[in-house]
Amino acid sequence: MANTYTLIEAKTLASATASVTFSSIPATYTDIKFVLSLRSATADTRDSIAIKPNNSTSNLSYRYIRSDGSSVSSNTLDRVDIDAANATASTFGNLEIYIPNYASANYKSFSIDTVTENNATEAFAGLHAWLWSDTTAISSMVFSNLSTANFVQYSTFYLYGISNS
Amino acid sequence: MPTKLIINCETGEQTEVELTAEEIAQREADAKAYEAELKAKEVEAAAKAEAKAELLDKLGITAEEAALLVG
Repeated sequence: MANTYTLIEAKTLASATASVTFSSIPATYTDIKFVLSLRSATADTRDSIAIKPNNSTSNLSYRYIRSDGSSVSSNTLDRVDIDAANATASTFGNLEIYIPNYASANYKSFSIDTVTENNATEAFAGLHAWLWSDTTAISSMVFSNLSTANFVQYSTFYLYGISNS
Repeated sequence: MPTKLIINCETGEQTEVELTAEEIAQREADAKAYEAELKAKEVEAAAKAEAKAELLDKLGITAEEAALLVG
């Protein structure tokens, strides 16, 4: 059981940015966890983000369960919701991505917990289980929006390393 | 021009660089592909829900009663 958290990197965007890459992630921890607070500039109440281990979009499989305040759905999509330009001003979608044994030579699982914030009828909460069927250690992670919009200023990105001793 | 931020976790160095024309084109292609995938999944889910409703209707039972049968 992991019991130590070390902040590896933290970033608050000073200006709108298309993508954020954490490179040269040290392989010295047991698990890693990203904590993100994001808003997209796309003209919608929400956007979805792409999460690319080692900048790869291959060998990823997904399942989510997601609620919108009135119903629950499940599907096999990489639809990780964040706030976008038509959501309540100055609100951000929050998510955590936990990746155990990220540096191992086995396939990697991602547990993702996400919620959007919107003072209206449409807001989302989701739990996502991902599998990256690749035996390469994760040494970088790329985040971008699945629309072509930027992450807005003040979006934040934190990466923690977690050790089991 | 859109930019990308690269954070080197070993050195702490943060670099902001403009996307290349190739990266912009890839980004647009990815967005279109995702939109198409989203629509296909939504159509598939709607078709499944419709088929389920038709079957329940044929059997003359409600969704709650069907859940009791398989539970």
